[in-house]
Amino acid sequence: MKKYSTYLATMLGSFLILSGCGNPDGKANSNGALASSNAEKVYVAPGEQDEFYAFMSGGYSGNLTVYGLPSGRMFKEIPVFSQFPTSGYGYSEETKPMLETSFGFVPWDDSHHPDISQTKGELDGRWIFINGNNTPRIARISLSTFETEEIIELPNSAGNHSSSFVTENTEYVVAGTRFSVPIPQRDMPINEYKGNFKGSLSFISVDPNNGHMDLKFQILMPGFNYDLSHPGRDKSHGWFFFTTYNTEEANSLLEVNASQNDKDFIAAINWKKIEEYVNNGGGTKMPANYAHNVYNESTHMATSTMKKEVLTVDPLKVPGAVYFLPTPKSPHGVDIDPTGEFIIGNGKLSADLTVHSFDRMIAAIEAKKFDGEAYGIPILKFDDVLAGTVKSGGLGPLHTEFDGKGNAYTTFFISSEVVKWNLETWEVIDRKPTFYSVGHLMIPGGNSRKPFGKYVVAMNKITKDRYLPTGPELEHSAQLYDITGDKMELLYDFPTHGEPHYAAGIPADLLAPKSKKIYRLDENEHPYAVTSPAEAKVVRDGNEVHVYMSMIRSHFTPDNIEGIKVGDKVYFHITNHEQDFDVPHGFAMIGQNTSELLVMPGQTKSSVWEPKEPGVWPFYCTDFCSALHQEMQGYVRVSPANSDVPLKFSLGE
Amino acid sequence: MKKASTIMIIGSLFLLGLFYFPLWNIMLGAPQYPEPLGMDIYISGIKGLSEFDLQNIDGLNHYIGMKTIPKDGEMWEFEVFPSVILTMVVLGIFIGLFGFLGKLSYKWFIGWFLIMSILGIMGMYDFNEWLTDYGSNLSPNAIIKVVNADGTPMTYKPPLLGYQKMLNFDVTSLPEKGAWMMFIGMTLTLVAFYLGWRSHKNGIT
Repeated sequence: MKKYSTYLATMLGSFLILSGCGNPDGKANSNGALASSNAEKVYVAPGEQDEFYAFMSGGYSGNLTVYGLPSGRMFKEIPVFSQFPTSGYGYSEETKPMLETSFGFVPWDDSHHPDISQTKGELDGRWIFINGNNTPRIARISLSTFETEEIIELPNSAGNHSSSFVTENTEYVVAGTRFSVPIPQRDMPINEYKGNFKGSLSFISVDPNNGHMDLKFQILMPGFNYDLSHPGRDKSHGWFFFTTYNTEEANSLLEVNASQNDKDFIAAINWKKIEEYVNNGGGTKMPANYAHNVYNESTHMATSTMKKEVLTVDPLKVPGAVYFLPTPKSPHGVDIDPTGEFIIGNGKLSADLTVHSFDRMIAAIEAKKFDGEAYGIPILKFDDVLAGTVKSGGLGPLHTEFDGKGNAYTTFFISSEVVKWNLETWEVIDRKPTFYSVGHLMIPGGNSRKPFGKYVVAMNKITKDRYLPTGPELEHSAQLYDITGDKMELLYDFPTHGEPHYAAGIPADLLAPKSKKIYRLDENEHPYAVTSPAEAKVVRDGNEVHVYMSMIRSHFTPDNIEGIKVGDKVYFHITNHEQDFDVPHGFAMIGQNTSELLVMPGQTKSSVWEPKEPGVWPFYCTDFCSALHQEMQGYVRVSPANSDVPLKFSLGE
Repeated sequence: MKKASTIMIIGSLFLLGLFYFPLWNIMLGAPQYPEPLGMDIYISGIKGLSEFDLQNIDGLNHYIGMKTIPKDGEMWEFEVFPSVILTMVVLGIFIGLFGFLGKLSYKWFIGWFLIMSILGIMGMYDFNEWLTDYGSNLSPNAIIKVVNADGTPMTYKPPLLGYQKMLNFDVTSLPEKGAWMMFIGMTLTLVAFYLGWRSHKNGIT
């Protein structure tokens, strides 16, 4: 009863603070000196550049968008899991294999949690990883080309949500299943879920030299929902933490049936122990079928291979590798502070935050103080691992980030706010409203040993009246707060593309200097590339015709082609001969049943055209490349299928 | 005279800088080239400041009908200049050595300087001739033909020295490290001459 009244008092107190804060709607005071200094803080003058990159997941766009902070300007949308006609990704012959899966070609996904590669727990800016939630996949994107280089599918997974977080030295990118499923998949009654379904946690090794991913092992856990995860760092390096919900193992009406247990678990996985077990020959090889798609920067082509086997680990066979930490109220995010000591469970149906102590967890494990077990996995006692509880006064905590100065920042979905609190005293220091219903938040490096605690970005699920209305469908809204002072200050509000879930930020000076400007033509190993216009040609092989074409300001070589027939399958292989920064050329053919191609300097891309009617059909460059861009065009003569017009190609004749 | 001769040798050796550093540099900036394109002119050929600068300058120049920048072996100057410079270095060293041994008069120092100056002026004249041809000998099929206010076709000769605005480009042409080393070297030979003359006047050999 006493506890309840404290809780109520805190709640009341917080409402008072909220209503007492004079500026609850976040609209800038019209004549305040404060508002003008805020404008200066986000103003990046023409010709100046932003201080940070922010990579925001696209959610149902399947992509990753690149923004600048503090300006909120969007620089690029990187196609990852979705076809992208802007560049031809997923349409060009070279990139179609990127979207192959065991289910065939899947042109879309739901991208959630980007994470930048780390070395010694600090951002190193080599790659960024992101998960496809729907058809379980993990992608690796190069941070020198800002292009997707690799996608690996995950067998035995469904709803790839507790992903894609990297360990301290990018030893692994880790992916957990949100939905438990029969493993291996089989035809069985749904209501026999309990005790029969399993949840897989996948550890994908990352080659330190080229980033190549390999599914090293999967831990087959009890059939809960594995919601989010984060790696241990510094002293807790070697452990990985996953939140669970639906420990009830309900298979229907989860909103009620999976919310009955007062506490669910945070699963603590000693992956170093399991790695050792696996390296010593442990684990069970299981037949599987999953795609591994790799894009090669030299050939400018992707290949897709189907892998047929996966190594699974039964956690019970590795004693001391897995423990459950009871955590109240269906925790959503689990976040580890920069020292690696605090494991924050964001109990989404609660007002409070549960903070576990890594040291206490180790002590409890060593003392074997268990509170029973679940499917053979020891459960630690809540009181033995608890470091503290943050009486936040908010509702629906989801995610926490850190500023590296001893403070944590937590989003509250239901009460639409960001709450700043102290990591030693558990006291709330400040709270600011968000607009509206915030999901994740992001501090650049906020989930590493070394956060750059200058700004926090809140990414909201509901936009409503924040911008000019655009019909029923709106972009999402993000807010930028200055966190350099004691109190957070709302600086700026900007729309974001798709549905950003998580984001990852990094100082611009770690990435900008190594951003690639061109692809070298003399390193182009594409089998259909032409490195000099003299090599341009048209070759017929049955009804397949290969056009080896080059382009440079402002013409295609060749630009007149004759001898193509109805029923032919014409492959245009187009090489951009520019070696100048920011001079792409495009290619589009009338009536082509695919997208255009946008070809970067030194790059080769291919697309297929199947002419259906005789005639003379034009193609042109889609990028306003130069003063003579409008002249950058050509014709293909298509003759009837039975004609004998000879194959001919030319330029300037 | 020993000191003067030593300086004469050092002065001549400074010319060797021309084999490692560019003689001249021309930079071309424009709104769409915030990082300007640049060409470094060496005695043995022309190189881009960045790897693809020459290719990109040629690419832009084709619009106004200019010829491409000469490659190695396409201009006799780049064959002759290195041997001329090397000859002058060797000659300077010999003059210095013989001066050191008291076998030659200090007047040879000024003689070397005068020959070098004449060669230098001839070189600059030749360079200017090439710039004029490069900038005004335009293809009759040029894509973009611009005329001056008086109706004559616009030419695109880069300045020999200094700054000039050409269409959308800001062109700056200045001596580079190699030239500065040559100037220092030549000045040193003048110093050598002066010291030689002074020691001769004072009767010291």
